[in-house]
Amino acid sequence: MGHHLARRFLMMILVLFGISIITFSLSRVIPADPAILIAGPRAGAEGLAKVRQQYGLDLPLWQQYSRYISGLLRLEFGQSFSSRRPVIEDIVEFLPATVELASFALGIAVISGISLGIISAIQQGGVFDDLSRLFAITGVSVPAFWIALLAQLLLYQHLGWLPFGGRISEGGTMPPAITGMLTVDSLLAGQLDTFWDSLRHLLLPALVLALEPLAILTRMTRTSMLEVMNETYIRTAHAKGLRERTVVVHHTLKNALPPIVTTIGLLIGYMMGGSILVESVFAWPGIGRYSAWAIVSADYNAIMGITLILAVIYLFTNLIVDLVCIQIDPRIRY
Amino acid sequence: MVSHKRFILNAKNLYSNWLNALGLLLVTIALFTAVFGDLLVPYSPIEMDLAHRLEPPSSLHIFGTDEFGRDILSRVVAGAKISLQAAFMILIVSAVTGFIVGCVAGLLGGWVDEVLMRVTDMFLAFPTFILAMAVVSAFGPSLRNTLIALSIVYWPNYVRVVRVRVLSLKEREYIMAAVCVGVRTLRLIVRHLLPNVLPILITQLTLDVGYVILSISALSFLGLGAQPPKPEWGAMIMDARNFIHDSWWFAAFPGLALALTCIGFNLLGDGLRNYLDPRLHT
Repeated sequence: MGHHLARRFLMMILVLFGISIITFSLSRVIPADPAILIAGPRAGAEGLAKVRQQYGLDLPLWQQYSRYISGLLRLEFGQSFSSRRPVIEDIVEFLPATVELASFALGIAVISGISLGIISAIQQGGVFDDLSRLFAITGVSVPAFWIALLAQLLLYQHLGWLPFGGRISEGGTMPPAITGMLTVDSLLAGQLDTFWDSLRHLLLPALVLALEPLAILTRMTRTSMLEVMNETYIRTAHAKGLRERTVVVHHTLKNALPPIVTTIGLLIGYMMGGSILVESVFAWPGIGRYSAWAIVSADYNAIMGITLILAVIYLFTNLIVDLVCIQIDPRIRY
Repeated sequence: MVSHKRFILNAKNLYSNWLNALGLLLVTIALFTAVFGDLLVPYSPIEMDLAHRLEPPSSLHIFGTDEFGRDILSRVVAGAKISLQAAFMILIVSAVTGFIVGCVAGLLGGWVDEVLMRVTDMFLAFPTFILAMAVVSAFGPSLRNTLIALSIVYWPNYVRVVRVRVLSLKEREYIMAAVCVGVRTLRLIVRHLLPNVLPILITQLTLDVGYVILSISALSFLGLGAQPPKPEWGAMIMDARNFIHDSWWFAAFPGLALALTCIGFNLLGDGLRNYLDPRLHT
């Protein structure tokens, strides 16, 4: 186990280097001259030369790369051209909102998806199975940004049940920031009005973001359960006369979990992409909306910084997921 | 696993399920629209008619008009061609690249395999959409750059699928027999490996069409993909965003086309996958 962890760790360092090479290459491929972007369009030749020297843009490529790497290790991702702040500051400010949205969406997707998947597996071939298959396929086929717009149109404009967007109503009191997540913080501070308000704002974006993960998890759970249900030890469990619920939950589900857990890790990657679209539509002030804004304003430092951070988060998340899988399934040993 | 000859002969069983048949129907409609659509549309997709801006669906304009008075039905139909052509280009490049790399890695093994898999892992470490977004931002927003970006981002997925299959095929008697007899590598790949990798590759491709089309549309929605006046579905939804409150049809129909096309390909691919995996038939 230790040997495997060490090897895994080494692989990760390698992959991290690879990620940084890819983002560095991308940032050097851009059509615009970085010196002009930093100095502004009106800087003269002298000003541009000074900027080039200051940022090392006249150095050979490999030296630029080592400057880049040492900057990254100090968490310096450059400065955002539009906000004029270090990119890392922007990311730290906007990340909690996305974490809150993604956690809620993931919670909804996991609970509903696994439940639907279990029922579909048990009722294989029946009407429910076919319907859940159609629902799951629809969930991965409809564009999240389109559903977001339509949901907003229906539930805000026509029915007035839910707010247009944002995290909290205007004039609402912000709770003291402990986790950065408004729902949790307002509960901890005992501000029930704020909690309810922030929950209402969270509901629609979370539901829209959860749609595709829910669909994927339903199918994954169904497939995994079916594979386990064909095993002889399940037939033994039935033959022993165990209650159906015990067989399903205790024997089948537990053994079906590893692929499901692995899928959850991959879904976090989906959430990152999806959040860009959903946050844009609902004006949710998270990393996603920041990315969309950075794209529109061609803020290359911000875009590359976000790409790098999200890739690293994704890498570590999948490592944790794999470790969890090893814990829950003793058959996986390297 | 089903061999390639049985795969073709038993296709009839596949469509006995109503969902698979529905998928086939939707895919056929989408392909037909993409190929013949521009011969059948009533109006030009890019011609403006400012006197008839933002008109609701009527007998003259079945899907209504957009902010420049262009007929939305014609634009949606034209968009089918753009999306499907783009998706096929991306997937062919990805599948061919992935197949070559996967075969080489699977067959040669050793350090070649290790190096190729590490490079593949580097690309797979990125969430797909995030990397595509970064690549298109770096190269500049256009449909062509979106195609390049998605091809770059997508080929590693096929390496994995192909390599796993090649690794399992390598141990089969008929492959070992061919090697013993002295069949040259290229002939081995084309004559023996390819037909047995093809079913799972086609299934994966069918499932991925929906995902790629959605990625293209999502990038266009963010302003990175197709640029105006191209009638790409995602770009149309982006345009519609400012008018959705009074003109629901502007966003509804392109999105519906997107959804139905993807549902069709996903139903078909899902049916293919269920059909090919005997473990799922209890």
